Amino acid sequence: MQVSINVNGEMYSRDVEPRLLLLHFIRETIELHGTHWGCDTSNCGACVVLMDGKPIKSCTTLAVMADGHEVTTVEGLEIDGVLDPIQQGFHEQHALQCGFCTPGMLMTTRALLNENPDPTEHEIRTAISGAICRCTGYKNIVSAVRWAAEHEMAAK
Amino acid sequence: MAVIEKNLPSAETERPIGFGRLKRKEDARFIRGQGRYLDDLRLPGMVYGQVLRSPYAHAKILSVDTTRALAHPGVAAVVTAKDLETLGLAWMPTISYDTQAVLAGDKVRFQGQEIAFVIAVDEYTANDALELIDVEYEPLPAVVNARKALDPGAPLIRDDKIGQRDNLASPTWEAGDKAATDRVFAEADVVAVRDIIYPRCHPAPMETCGMVADFNPNTGQLDIYNGNQAPHAHRTVYAQVAGLPEHYIRIMCQDIGGGFGGKVPVYPGYVCAIAGSIVAGVPVKWIEDRTGNLTADSFARDYIMHSEMCSKNGKITGLRVDVIADHGAFDSTAQPTKFPAGFFHIVCGSYDLQASHVKVKAVYTNKAPGGVAYRCSFRITEAVYLVERMVDALAIDGGVDPVDLRMRSFIQASQFPYETTTGWTYDSGDYAKTMRVAMDIAGYEDLRREQAEKLANGELMGIGVAFFTEGVGAGPRKHMDILGLAMNDGADLRVHPSGKAVVSLSAQTQGQGHETTFAQIVAEELGIPPEDVEVRHGDTDKSPYGLGTYGSRSTPVSGAAVAVVTRKVRDKARLIAATMLETRPEDLAWEKGRWFVRGDTSKGAPIENIAEYAYSGRSMPAGLEGGLDAQVIYDPPNLTYPYGAYIAVVDIDPGTGYVHCRRMIAVDDCGVRINPMVVDGQIHGGLAEGLGIALMEVITFDEEGNCLNSSFMDYLIPTALECPDWELGETVTPCPHHPLGAKGVGESPNVGSVPCIANAVIDALWRGRGVRHMDIPCLPARVWAAMQGRAEPPQ
Repeated sequence: MQVSINVNGEMYSRDVEPRLLLLHFIRETIELHGTHWGCDTSNCGACVVLMDGKPIKSCTTLAVMADGHEVTTVEGLEIDGVLDPIQQGFHEQHALQCGFCTPGMLMTTRALLNENPDPTEHEIRTAISGAICRCTGYKNIVSAVRWAAEHEMAAK
Repeated sequence: MAVIEKNLPSAETERPIGFGRLKRKEDARFIRGQGRYLDDLRLPGMVYGQVLRSPYAHAKILSVDTTRALAHPGVAAVVTAKDLETLGLAWMPTISYDTQAVLAGDKVRFQGQEIAFVIAVDEYTANDALELIDVEYEPLPAVVNARKALDPGAPLIRDDKIGQRDNLASPTWEAGDKAATDRVFAEADVVAVRDIIYPRCHPAPMETCGMVADFNPNTGQLDIYNGNQAPHAHRTVYAQVAGLPEHYIRIMCQDIGGGFGGKVPVYPGYVCAIAGSIVAGVPVKWIEDRTGNLTADSFARDYIMHSEMCSKNGKITGLRVDVIADHGAFDSTAQPTKFPAGFFHIVCGSYDLQASHVKVKAVYTNKAPGGVAYRCSFRITEAVYLVERMVDALAIDGGVDPVDLRMRSFIQASQFPYETTTGWTYDSGDYAKTMRVAMDIAGYEDLRREQAEKLANGELMGIGVAFFTEGVGAGPRKHMDILGLAMNDGADLRVHPSGKAVVSLSAQTQGQGHETTFAQIVAEELGIPPEDVEVRHGDTDKSPYGLGTYGSRSTPVSGAAVAVVTRKVRDKARLIAATMLETRPEDLAWEKGRWFVRGDTSKGAPIENIAEYAYSGRSMPAGLEGGLDAQVIYDPPNLTYPYGAYIAVVDIDPGTGYVHCRRMIAVDDCGVRINPMVVDGQIHGGLAEGLGIALMEVITFDEEGNCLNSSFMDYLIPTALECPDWELGETVTPCPHHPLGAKGVGESPNVGSVPCIANAVIDALWRGRGVRHMDIPCLPARVWAAMQGRAEPPQ
């Protein structure tokens, strides 16, 4: 099937199998490797990308379902050499260790801050509860989101 | 925004400091989605492998027919046990001197066992072809309970082993003094007895296992890309198993998405990928799916421990333990081979016991083989869990406060170095001090008052305490080895003419921040900025030999190697500086970054000038080679013994049995901290894993051997909502024999938090419902059953 998907501002038109997962479209078809696979069952959140600004699990979304939509992956966060505050916050607060869940966490928390620029600790924990991190115990991820929220609010 | 900050100079000196909360160098790629994980690798002509797994836990294989799969478009080959036999690869040795089937030939022995390996043009096609392989089975009775496996009538699992007539995987191993222990128990005034199960659980790193094998038939070169925790040891094993020359094998570990012990062993999928590349003549990629990960590799624990602990006059005096260790269908438990049950006999904990006696026997069952040390030094986690649960049991049975009992029984600071009743020599510690720090952070007395008030209102609140001592940093070659390989690590430091340095390690990071921490060690020892030090690891062609990263051994062993090699370079720099300054080496003194003439600080040579000189055309000191570099292999004189005091506060819903961990206080003493930010991060992560094991992570089986936790739908990992806001504290007692005084910390939080949270749950259930013991995980249904007086073992 023919699909046209806007990924990080660039249009990709490809002929794909109907069963192709969006995750594999991103990783294999257009070869953006920042989005990761972790579980098969929609539990881990390593594959989260934004579709029309909303966080979705790309391992349980077919590529054909993204036809005509706008997808943002981790590679789309940094613009013209300037990191997104959420990326900077993860670095500042040591919110990553092995880095494997990080792209999904970044996209999930970017979506949170777009909706809610000043989230409480509990709101942050609830927002990332669909994503598993095995390394950090989440504490520094919460701090990183607060860091980004505060810097974004100060910049406005 | 810039990503890599400079390490700021300390107030006292213009030279940069090495140690401190330096933000990580490796973050720059990870926050951009530019990590280089195994599945990101593409090689020209690469094909994809997938494993067919057994649906039965125990069955005869009557036939394997690959005809339909081979006819499927896009399938390049299907490898079966018969094919591997011709290559001599049907069986492989395990890390514990047992054997394991790479692909099952005539019999499967656990559900999920590998039967065939399909190679196809892409992952989807390979998965399609798995369904086209026809296997005819004759199911056999399965045994998944280690006690039942010892019954005389139990089905024989390892009938492949000549002379094997039962399901014992090892002879009984003992440590300690039985007669002395029996005497201590006879004289005791309180004796606590419990049957304690540490159930099977799984490291489940976010990235599963996998490999890209690239065999070149023209040159005989085998390039292996594989995220594993011990690349040099793996290369040696592949050379032995496949009969390939070791210098033609190159293992390259790129970024690894977590390991936690699960990426220490060699798995059948690896051997299949290598065999597949040899057969197909092209690179073969195999990425394990999550079900394969959870059902077939790297389980941990699974110890059934009959335990007795006694006290006299309010002080713990003796311990007696009899363990049945469930190793699954093949004994591939990770352990230093001189200790058949790993380090389990560190079971005397942090207490000045009069005597102890430990017995362990290992059993085969129809379950996945193993086990690995899930954030654990070779069964220390089981030992600490046992002893800390038993101290609480003794406190309950003796009617005393669990902190008071520990305080009265601790090894005293003046007793170090301290030899335990099972033969370990603890290096340093001040346990009571660390316990008091934890109690202060927790507000222990206030918590007990709050608990009493809640109990009076019918609410269930629990306060759990655990104090652990770990032996990490394996280890001295006189005491331990793995498959005959000394557990030493190498470091190679090259200072370039400009004064910038590259240090190569045999340790293998899986997220621990080695690229930052090890640069800080060189920086501290050489007095150059950490950003001027590049850390290389993971490529066996480009790093010195060593046994890798697990058992909290990176800082204790590799960190020591890096410190020692840097000092070696510094010593050489001194000789060169003496020539440069026209003086004698003994007249020079060191300050961070330069050698200077004693009594005349204006006359000196900074490292970068010495480096430039060392590579220049100017004459070197007599007998000294040019250049500024060195290499060492570090053999630790002893293990290091980090310890910690943990306190957990839980609330239990009396209606549902749901446990909410409200607070978790962790006070660790891991000696000198090189990067306290990284140390804190390690502790946070280990606490989350420990909370998972205590409350929800478990691998169980039904009577037929079906694994009931084969995906993240059923293998529950804590999310941000289950984890409290961790509260950390520290004390610093340097390790006397480590060059930096460091002890290692990675596993401590997992080791300490599991008994701590379990003790908190049981504390609530004891005070509120009179429950004296329940096994983990404290899932709501199990807690509720315990509240009704029906505490059940986890399987």
